[in-house]
Amino acid sequence: MSTLRALAKAQAVAAGVAQPVATVRHLHVSDRPLVLVPLAMAGEANAPLAALVGAAPDEARLLIVPQPRNRQQRFAFAAELAGIVLPYLDSCRGVSEAVPTDRGRDVRYRHVDAPQLLVPNPAGTTFLRLLGRSTRFRRPDGDHPVHPSVPLLGRWLTFFAERAEHPGSSALLAMTEALTLHWATGQSAVEDLHLPALLGWIDPPPGLTGGQAAARAEDPAVCPPAGPATDPDFDNRRLAPAVAAYAEAGDDPVGRAAAYAELERPLRDQLAPTWELMWRGVGLLRALPPGARVAGRWDLDKDAFTGYAEHVDAGGGPQPRRDGAVAAAVRLHRLERALTSYAVQRAYDDPLVMAEHRLTGEAFVGDVTLADPKRVDDTGKRPVLRPRIQVVTTEPVPMPVGAALWSPARPAQKARVVFVTPGADGKIEVVLELSGGMGRGLTAPPGTVPEVGERLCFTTLSDAFLPAGNFPAPEETPWTHGGPPAAAPLPDEPATGIPAGATTGGDDGDPAEDWA
Amino acid sequence: MTSSAERLAEIRGGVPPRRHNARTIAALTGNPGCTRRAVLDSAGVDKPKLAERIGFPARFGQSRFAITRGNAFEAQVKADGGIELLRLVAERLGVPVPARASWTDLGGDDLPDRHERSRAALTGGGDEAALFDHPLLGLEVAGRRVHLEPDLVAARLGGRFHVVEIKSFPVIDGQADPAKVSAAAVQSAVYVLALRELLAAAGRDSELVSHDVVLVCPRDFANQPVASLVDVRKQLLVLRRQLDRMARIDALLDEVPAEFTADLTAEPGTLAAALRTVEARYAPECLAACELAYFCRDEARGHTTTLGRPVREALGGIADVADVLALAIGERAPGPEQAEAAPLLRAAADLRAAILAGDPA
Ligand code: SF4
Repeated sequence: MSTLRALAKAQAVAAGVAQPVATVRHLHVSDRPLVLVPLAMAGEANAPLAALVGAAPDEARLLIVPQPRNRQQRFAFAAELAGIVLPYLDSCRGVSEAVPTDRGRDVRYRHVDAPQLLVPNPAGTTFLRLLGRSTRFRRPDGDHPVHPSVPLLGRWLTFFAERAEHPGSSALLAMTEALTLHWATGQSAVEDLHLPALLGWIDPPPGLTGGQAAARAEDPAVCPPAGPATDPDFDNRRLAPAVAAYAEAGDDPVGRAAAYAELERPLRDQLAPTWELMWRGVGLLRALPPGARVAGRWDLDKDAFTGYAEHVDAGGGPQPRRDGAVAAAVRLHRLERALTSYAVQRAYDDPLVMAEHRLTGEAFVGDVTLADPKRVDDTGKRPVLRPRIQVVTTEPVPMPVGAALWSPARPAQKARVVFVTPGADGKIEVVLELSGGMGRGLTAPPGTVPEVGERLCFTTLSDAFLPAGNFPAPEETPWTHGGPPAAAPLPDEPATGIPAGATTGGDDGDPAEDWA
Repeated sequence: MTSSAERLAEIRGGVPPRRHNARTIAALTGNPGCTRRAVLDSAGVDKPKLAERIGFPARFGQSRFAITRGNAFEAQVKADGGIELLRLVAERLGVPVPARASWTDLGGDDLPDRHERSRAALTGGGDEAALFDHPLLGLEVAGRRVHLEPDLVAARLGGRFHVVEIKSFPVIDGQADPAKVSAAAVQSAVYVLALRELLAAAGRDSELVSHDVVLVCPRDFANQPVASLVDVRKQLLVLRRQLDRMARIDALLDEVPAEFTADLTAEPGTLAAALRTVEARYAPECLAACELAYFCRDEARGHTTTLGRPVREALGGIADVADVLALAIGERAPGPEQAEAAPLLRAAADLRAAILAGDPA
């Protein structure tokens, strides 16, 4: 937690309403995001109970599983969900754009749009990930056949869940996280996971403070939880009798339809308030101007979508249950790079984020007081353009002489620290030598060198391309690290919780495993 | 002077004390600095009722679907005299699956009798494979002995005891919900500790109780049980340290005003006022662990502790939100303890104000 963000939380407590921690929007919001509010059956392993799904506020479709322990009904739910999700994905594939590759020597094509899934909270993301896991290996044939769209849905949900781990991706967003990226509330992080309370702080109804609105939102009788977990009271008082009545209705079509309607009603009541909140959240996010680098990150989502759609088209198989060692290392490396670059990009896009780095001595802001844009360094083999500027700042400058700095105003230009001179009035004079971003000649084009009077930020954070790591190809990997032979089981990993071996084999297609 | 036990009975007000279980003890050690909780728990006060009475009901309800499913899974795993359970545990421990094993149910209503039977069964020696269901254990907490009624099986295999816990959360592709696993690990550690004490008290080697506990959970999306080993050495260390560190209840009671009461028949206003006279230490973690959390959170309003530890630390540990803001706008001169935090807060406030007012740099 940065001091700046913590202070914003303290200010929110005093003001009684959430405080902004961003001046621009750091994520993409689609024109037609697919909002998905899932509910799971208590006590079961990610068994769907109901969901509201749709790409516009008035397009909510309610899906329910009248007997959540019934395996066939669960897969019927998955097929119904696929009937909404897959056409939505297709709707993003109409138009492609050419993207130059290989330094302009070639082009590739990618879809100009990409799908965006929105769920209420991180638990919703986990729900989709596990729903993907429980469906992607199913088969339309064999002992336990499912509708062919079910495994397809599973692959796509897995794709989205994996994208969601990629910092800066907007393919699958949890609304609570999207909102806390931009606003600080006067409550703790655990309480921020509750979407109704979070929105209570950000946008309290008239006459209430954020704290009062949040407290009201905590009462499940007033405001149902945003799922996937249901309110135990709701389960015991309303859901259980309705489920029982449906079971008792048996095969009588009239009684059955009536019982079905009696089940739909309470489930819709539980979901509808969250549906409203989701679209309110979308509205709040849309009202923020997008950061300059958001579109570039969304392009990566489009790339990923195009790539996976091609994989599916080509009949590619489902994602493995676990990554092999090399795939896991490559993925980790990729996520780390994305995390660094995402943090830098947000700082470049948003002075309020950059302020966190100014506080920790990674950046300072100052005024250009001197500029020598024509300076040429001719001590080397051939003369090079190396303008110098002097910047005066009131902020600490802990960067050593020789350090490389960058300015968000001219991200392609490197500024090397030449002198740091504390002045008598508490100000600090910094002399910087510039290279890059000024064309190839010995004269800098206008505007490429900062001018006297400009107020600029300089930072050690670089938005430059980070090189990719080198990993062996899977076939060159020793079997101890998941290489050939292909079926070598992985040692059990202590990563998240169960330390020693809960895996009991690698048969991806075990039809008995699912929701038996 | 009355004894602590009498004093606690008086606080509770003429009703029998609530019993402890591993969950309450695990939670107790989760906030060892909270006197309020220590006193109420030591007195065995019915905290859910108390919270409701003072207008801050806790929300720890359980869905009947979850209960049914949990019971069904447990019954399934324990069926046939535990043959399947024994096989799972033995295979997970890497020892030969015994051809036969005894199954002893130590459950029952008569507490002293159960205690004696549990002691006799578990300390009686013998090396053959055996499973003990529902043993009644005891543990010293804050200078008082509390009973534990674990919902667990102690498995003796190869002459060693292993705590076996049956949980109905799934293990999917070898991974389970980390929060649930860590909660189960802390609870299991409580049982390991209690079992070790039992053996030690009977003059036997407490190391006969393994620090590897066995969690039995449904695998993937089906009902097939799968056993996992969880090493609870770290949890044991933490638990022991916190139990040792917990002030003795006698000492805590000295700080509690003589008229303090948690008698549920008292007026809500009286109860709330009484609670406020005993020091608490609210943190957002209380919301998941203690029935009084909504009351204590309300009381702690305006304190940085309600925002969570990372926020409080980033604010230099300053307790009051009002103080933070006064220092941040330079309205107040920092005290010696705030000397380091104050300039940072001021700089942060200036930056926020300037940028939000539209000054991009
Ligand atoms: S909720 Fe209150 S009584 Fe319970 S542990 Fe937290 S501070 Fe102590």
